[in-house]
Amino acid sequence: MSVITYRQALRDTLRAEMHRDENVILLGEEIGVFEGSYKITEGLLNEFGERRVRDTPIAEEGFVGAAVGAAMLGLRPVVELMTINFSLIAIDQIINHAAKIYGMFGGQNSVPMVIRTPGGGGQQLGATHSQNIELFYAFVPGLKVLAPSTPAEAASMLRAAIRDDDPVLLLENLGLYNTKGEVPDDDESVAEIGRAAVTREGSDITLIGYSRMAALGTQVAEALAKEDISVEVVDLRSLRPLDRQTIVDSVKKTGCAVVAEDDWLTYGIGAEIAASIQEGAFDYLDAPVRRVAMAEVPLPYAKPLENAALPSTESVTTAIKETLSAVGKRVG
Amino acid sequence: MADTAKAKGGGTAGSTGGRRRSRKDDTSSRFADQQPDVLLGYYRQMLLIRRFEERTGQAYTQARIGGYCHLNLGEEATVVGLMNALQERDYLFTNYRDHGYAIGKGMSAREVMAELYGRSTGVSKGWGGSMHMFDTKTRMLGGYGIVGGQLPLATGAALAVSYRGGDEVVMCQMGDGTTNIGAWHESLNIAALWNLPIVYVVINNFTGMGTTVERSSAEPDLYKRGSAFRIEGERVDGRDVLAVHEAATRLVEKARAEQRPYLLEATSYRLKGHSVVDPAKYRTQEQVEEARANDPVLAFEHELEQAGILTEDRKQEIAESVRAEVADAADFAENSPHPEVSTLFDYTYATPVANESRRMPADPVFAE
Repeated sequence: MSVITYRQALRDTLRAEMHRDENVILLGEEIGVFEGSYKITEGLLNEFGERRVRDTPIAEEGFVGAAVGAAMLGLRPVVELMTINFSLIAIDQIINHAAKIYGMFGGQNSVPMVIRTPGGGGQQLGATHSQNIELFYAFVPGLKVLAPSTPAEAASMLRAAIRDDDPVLLLENLGLYNTKGEVPDDDESVAEIGRAAVTREGSDITLIGYSRMAALGTQVAEALAKEDISVEVVDLRSLRPLDRQTIVDSVKKTGCAVVAEDDWLTYGIGAEIAASIQEGAFDYLDAPVRRVAMAEVPLPYAKPLENAALPSTESVTTAIKETLSAVGKRVG
Repeated sequence: MADTAKAKGGGTAGSTGGRRRSRKDDTSSRFADQQPDVLLGYYRQMLLIRRFEERTGQAYTQARIGGYCHLNLGEEATVVGLMNALQERDYLFTNYRDHGYAIGKGMSAREVMAELYGRSTGVSKGWGGSMHMFDTKTRMLGGYGIVGGQLPLATGAALAVSYRGGDEVVMCQMGDGTTNIGAWHESLNIAALWNLPIVYVVINNFTGMGTTVERSSAEPDLYKRGSAFRIEGERVDGRDVLAVHEAATRLVEKARAEQRPYLLEATSYRLKGHSVVDPAKYRTQEQVEEARANDPVLAFEHELEQAGILTEDRKQEIAESVRAEVADAADFAENSPHPEVSTLFDYTYATPVANESRRMPADPVFAE
């Protein structure tokens, strides 16, 4: 067992998968000579050469679509989009083509490709570079959308994504790249796409999050344990397919739920989770499901404004305590 | 490159004027190097696509076919010339005007018609319809409904061929309107940068839906637009099946030998509107009459007759076999079953997924 960063876990997995399968190639902006805008691909051009590690023009529709076409002929391209914000330029290729080709041609041709891309606020990058727009992709049948929250998950989910025959978006988060965690040495674990994880058992309330919010949720749960509040944490990990059953089972156990998401509230992932809880565990609910989300504004640059807009340990903690307080279950 | 691009035949944008050539005198030289059986084969394919599309149009107006329906009527010479320039191992990507290409690449009229009828025996099992013909066996890798959406895909397919050191070529067909979208520029740039074996074919029928080329393209000589990427382009008269075949074969084989992209513009003129429901009021009566006078199927038929290659008996025989093939295709489609509703969720994912969202609205998925 080694303690490594989320960034290192991704890099190690890319390297191992490229050694394992000649069909795995990397495409993206600045992934080669520059070694990656966030250094995920550091050293890979040197190790594998330009045939397999391809710097692309800054033309997202072109190279994402080229990856789709290459996947149709059996390559397993792993695309790095510098940030999820740039995926908007490639959205036709992702939603109209990658997601649809298997279905609209009657199952004749799968599209085994991965799009890795970071997102998230908190870096003072302004409105067009701080978004979490995974919802757009999680909305679409035919895509698989994964959002790992720890280095171990990043490794096992990237491995699963590369080996999967469908198009997979692997959402990374700028705020997680430097986080550390234990990853088994010679890790060969392959995540089961479509399974959420109960990452912390609890009995008073369920906190549901993914990516940065799952990591933050774990911190909140640990802190609240000291106040004798028992929080169960569900890490969604897979936004599509969505594991409603694990969410519902947890809420049936605890009777209360808070959903924490890094995107906008209206129509967001949390809305889907809250609706699923209502459908599946209505009779077990002791209180309305609370949602903690980003403020509904284009994310501002100024630090105090950005901090105020993003969900935080404080806002999640408050939501949990208020929910419990409202039903007299516990007063924090 | 631009200065090497040749304008061969073809009208100027917006006009198809005066292209009926007097071929009587040069027929013998045109056909000198051609096998009569090959010429008759082209003729039969052109006639098959013509009759197939006429039948398709009828079936559409009878509501036997749903959705949109874009026909190849008037473009048969282009389709047949292009498709016969490809080897069986070569790949094809097209836009939504794809029925003729599907047949030309080797798919059966039966399966194409069944797809139009939305039947389980269709090439895409009834999931695609008119715009989404696809067949792995014949390497027709799809008709695509989003203008230009197929360009990056075809470019990526050429990347895969190149990566594996294969000798297949990818042909990517599109209409004139496509040359203005971002994917055109991005794809040609990547193909040229990475030396990919692909031939981009622009079918210039001078109207993107109803908007003429001069009103949408700052450079209406579309074959010249490859020069921005150092891709050689040339223009060919799309109503001349032999000219299309010659140019396409030459460029496909150059792409194969040299591992680089080429661009071919085929001037064309659809006899009908953009789709079956488009009355094409943006065209003048003169243009329509001129197009009919230069019908590529009739013109080629006439030429073959003049050259003594198509006898009256042979003509009747081909007409009858084409009629029978189309009738059989329509019967096959008509009598094929619709896909089972139980297969609704079969083609969302290629690999089974945990907690698959096989949901209909209001499914009681959490009922205890």
